[in-house]
Amino acid sequence: MNAVASPSVPRGNAAIYRRRRIINIVAITLACAAALFGLAFLGWILWTLLAKGFSHLNLALFTQDQPPPMEAGGLRNAIVGSLLMCGMGVAIGTPLGIAAGTWLAEVGNHRKLGTVVRFVNDILLSAPSIVLGLFVYAAFVMQTGGNFSAIGGALALAFIVLPVVVRTTDEMLRLVPVQMREAALSLGVPQWKVTMQVLYRSALPGIVTGVLLALARISGETAPLLFTAFGNEFFSLDITGAMSAVPLVMYKFAGSGFENWEHLAWAGALLITLFVLAISLLARTLLLRNKVAND
Amino acid sequence: MNDAHLAVASVRDASLPLPPPVKIAARDLNFWYDKFHAVKHINLEVPEKRVTALIGPSGCGKSTLLRVFNRIYALYPKLEAKGEVLLDGENILDPKYPMNRLRSKVGMVFQKPVPFPMTIFENVAYGIRHHEKLSKAEMDVRVEQALRQAALWDEVKDKLKTSGLGLSGGQQQRLCIARAVALKPDVLLLDEPTSALDPISTSRIEQLVEELKQEFTIMIVTHNMQQAARVSDYTAFMYLGDLIEHGATEQIFSNPSKQQTEDYITGRFG
Repeated sequence: MNAVASPSVPRGNAAIYRRRRIINIVAITLACAAALFGLAFLGWILWTLLAKGFSHLNLALFTQDQPPPMEAGGLRNAIVGSLLMCGMGVAIGTPLGIAAGTWLAEVGNHRKLGTVVRFVNDILLSAPSIVLGLFVYAAFVMQTGGNFSAIGGALALAFIVLPVVVRTTDEMLRLVPVQMREAALSLGVPQWKVTMQVLYRSALPGIVTGVLLALARISGETAPLLFTAFGNEFFSLDITGAMSAVPLVMYKFAGSGFENWEHLAWAGALLITLFVLAISLLARTLLLRNKVAND
Repeated sequence: MNDAHLAVASVRDASLPLPPPVKIAARDLNFWYDKFHAVKHINLEVPEKRVTALIGPSGCGKSTLLRVFNRIYALYPKLEAKGEVLLDGENILDPKYPMNRLRSKVGMVFQKPVPFPMTIFENVAYGIRHHEKLSKAEMDVRVEQALRQAALWDEVKDKLKTSGLGLSGGQQQRLCIARAVALKPDVLLLDEPTSALDPISTSRIEQLVEELKQEFTIMIVTHNMQQAARVSDYTAFMYLGDLIEHGATEQIFSNPSKQQTEDYITGRFG
């Protein structure tokens, strides 16, 4: 500071520096306040979940099915339903998404149709999930005799997974250095083998991350399941019939007024949050490791 | 264009009594990026088992020319080459010339070292598998041979099963060279192979080029004039898509016949 205010520096400059220092302090304070404001709510949400749900996390949650009001029970039917439908949703959406994303990056990149497909995919990416649920209700559930089923639920979830996987596959493949593609082709390896054996290997951590993030997103979805899987009070592994899911049970239990139901709803909420947190951490680790390897 | 050709002929008479046979010859070669005419009416003869350097300022078409010689440009739409490129007398621009044969005869190494995300061994073996069916033992021999040719064997022989991405930049580039020579090509195209490397790695690669020319016909694109002078037997100077001058490196650097060449070499532009 002394150097700035030294006699050799015209007095006008000192004033400019002082003004900049003040603006700097004000801006940093505002930015920190905004960050704290956001983080505080996140902390509040997590704290509430832990406070209300943690004491109800127990073995019975995983071994018993959802109970009638005022009786003991767990969420086994909902947890199994969630895992089944999320698994099927990812299983349907991932191959389709990888195929479409590969087409976009390797073929459609130079074409008008590629731009159109990418744009439409972005729309699907931001489509409200209840719209996707209604679509599957009209296009699948109604066509199969109005029969609610886990397949319908999985289809609705697959429509959420699909655009996420298309987007990440497309982006990750386009991030592979163009020289790697050219180097492989200049060895006389056909294009499809280059894609399958070199480019996928290079883009794999990124694509897996995309699939994991999609899984994290659908594990908390309620709206697409309302008119498709519908929910089921009983344990069921029949994918052609109605099936329960954790968010569906939470939706029904949370505001029910029955104390044991509300406890289960909080436990379910905490369970989903921990699941999403674990998957996000896994995804971050994968991405980070990939970054280190690429540098 | 004809006088560039003549220049080569006269230089040969003067300094090389027994000119080596021509490996690649470009005949009235033109190249377009969509509507941009990037390479114009090039006539160039590349002698066998010698190093030919392509020099010139950025955008002069030297990399483009190199990329025509193994048709890697065909990967992108709207690019077009017209004229002839004769490899052992056969026109490789003829659509009937099998791509597989071309790529096994003409290897390429790029500016940025890009090992495949595989083990060091697999990086070298990967290309071979697509052209030849070898037993495990034969493959081991071929991989070792290629890594030795690329002067990398001693550094990696104990970690062949580790990822190629774990090597240093200079080692990665030599791995890329090993990958290319593993196919036993006739021609090696090097597109600014040292511009991403430090001086020590660069001099390693330059030594390597010196050794590799015993066996391969080498074309090297470089921005580094000293490098061209050090490693090449012949030099071609390009400017704005034209081949300005082509001849023995010694003659191009000591006594260029065109003013533009002299200006570029002495650093007056480019």
